[in-house]
Amino acid sequence: MDSTAYSADFAAVWLTLKLATVVTLLLLVIGTPIAWWLARTRSVFKGVVGAVVALPLVLPPTVIGFYLLVVMGPHGPLGQLTQSLGLGLLPFTFPGLVIASVFYSLPFVVQPIQNAFEAIGERPLEVAATLRASPWDAFWSVAVPLAKPGFLSGAILGFAHTVGEFGIVLMIGGNIPEKTRVVSVQIYDHVEALEYAQAHWLAGGMVLFSFTVLLALYTFNPARRKTP
Amino acid sequence: MSSEIHARFHIDRRDFSLDVDLQLPGRGVTALFGHSGSGKTTALRAMAGLERAPGGYFAVGDEVWQDESRGLFVPPHRRSLGVVFQEASLFPHLSVRKNMEFGQKRAPTVALGPALPEIADLLGIAHLLDRSPDQLSGGERQRVAIARALLAAPKILLMDEPLAALDLKRKQEILPYLERLHRELAIPVVYVSHAPDEVARLADHLVLLDEGRVVASGALNDVLSRIDLPGAFADDAGVVIEACVAAHEADDLSRLEFPGGAIYVTRCQAAVGSWLRCRIHARDVSLALVPQVQTSILNCVAAIVVDLAPTDTPGHVLVRLDVAGEPLLARITQRSASKLDICPGLALRAQIKAVALLA
Repeated sequence: MDSTAYSADFAAVWLTLKLATVVTLLLLVIGTPIAWWLARTRSVFKGVVGAVVALPLVLPPTVIGFYLLVVMGPHGPLGQLTQSLGLGLLPFTFPGLVIASVFYSLPFVVQPIQNAFEAIGERPLEVAATLRASPWDAFWSVAVPLAKPGFLSGAILGFAHTVGEFGIVLMIGGNIPEKTRVVSVQIYDHVEALEYAQAHWLAGGMVLFSFTVLLALYTFNPARRKTP
Repeated sequence: MSSEIHARFHIDRRDFSLDVDLQLPGRGVTALFGHSGSGKTTALRAMAGLERAPGGYFAVGDEVWQDESRGLFVPPHRRSLGVVFQEASLFPHLSVRKNMEFGQKRAPTVALGPALPEIADLLGIAHLLDRSPDQLSGGERQRVAIARALLAAPKILLMDEPLAALDLKRKQEILPYLERLHRELAIPVVYVSHAPDEVARLADHLVLLDEGRVVASGALNDVLSRIDLPGAFADDAGVVIEACVAAHEADDLSRLEFPGGAIYVTRCQAAVGSWLRCRIHARDVSLALVPQVQTSILNCVAAIVVDLAPTDTPGHVLVRLDVAGEPLLARITQRSASKLDICPGLALRAQIKAVALLA
């Protein structure tokens, strides 16, 4: 084992953390309005949207990866858009990987936030309205602070799930060092090449990381306070 | 009168309908009284704009907040009103002070509302400002919620059974503050309740609701003394009189004076010269044609029969009396009514067995 092998491992770790951070931030931005809408709407489309958001929970990553490849590919609508904008094609690039991960981890962020919004109930928002807070104001000054545990859970789960994905990364990102080769793929490479020692380092690190994250989630996530 | 409140709502739901058209005074406390399901809370929510009544109309003074005939519906956050809900609903993530400032700092600067220390004093919560809501008792929370609503400089205060979630002790703790508000607030209050005692104690104007309809609306005693409203108060039928404490006498009795005469009650705490509200239940009033001398009942006033009507209690009638212009109700048996030949215009003596002080 030479130092270049280790540096490849570090590059994979660094790339993974970068990917998970970007994806988590994007998911908070995208997932919050979806969660808010799902928590408050009485629309007939609630079921449909909720089901679509939850699809990645049950579909094999290969299915999502396949469709994303089609959409982002040279003949897909997104592919044609990115090409016409002079951005080239998204598959096998870091941005492509980000988009795929956002789709794949969406339910892990939306659902905890949605549950937290639902748990707030109507009353605090009604109170805010009678105290002259506009809906937008009440969202930021009441709903978001009260749903903080949900945001925390959503962010942690979204981050951890992005770190842990494999199939979709392989399909959309491929295996390009420092661009799309994340830890899970790197482990796969090590095992393929029978480099068990290095596979152990990374795999063990993943177990430790995941355990720590889940422990934090279950231990420190404050139980919902009783609303006075 | 421009400061009047006009509310007209019609809401139709599968299991419930509300149909009210109310003209309420622009001062004092109006109680919306009725049993659960009578629509009183829905009416209050419609006033706040939290419930949308298609075709509704709501105006406080010259501010029209809803007039669907010209497509006007001002959303709740643009109405200058305060709402106190049954549960205090304080924001758990904010301190008491921050809770109180929530509406205050959102109130338009032109609406110069009361100052926070003043309101905190009025409601006896000045020492709680830096606490978190979960460190407060139920009564304290409700007082903070009232203060919070008042600090938003509302033109009307809507209270939805603010005491219903509290136990008797907490109620007793908070009622004096509500009475203080009643005396000191310049804005009208609409107070939803199903507790006759609270209504008798706080209201100036009373609206009786039943199954979404207005059964009666008027000055407190005008409604309380109506004998044509069977079942509204049932066993609690009675009137409220405002009396002045005239003297505390040596034998542990206090003499209260009201336009109809003087009544004695067990010595009370109130200072001589102060005004008290007392409730006299119809069941505690008996009638005699001539002044009784050999009786243990102290309180006896001259009265004239206005009218009488049957009550829900079998064999009993409710007699409405006029005591120097003040109404009084007596519940007597049908047999006594016939025996004494009680009819409108008859002058007699009303003997009051018990007076409930409401303070």
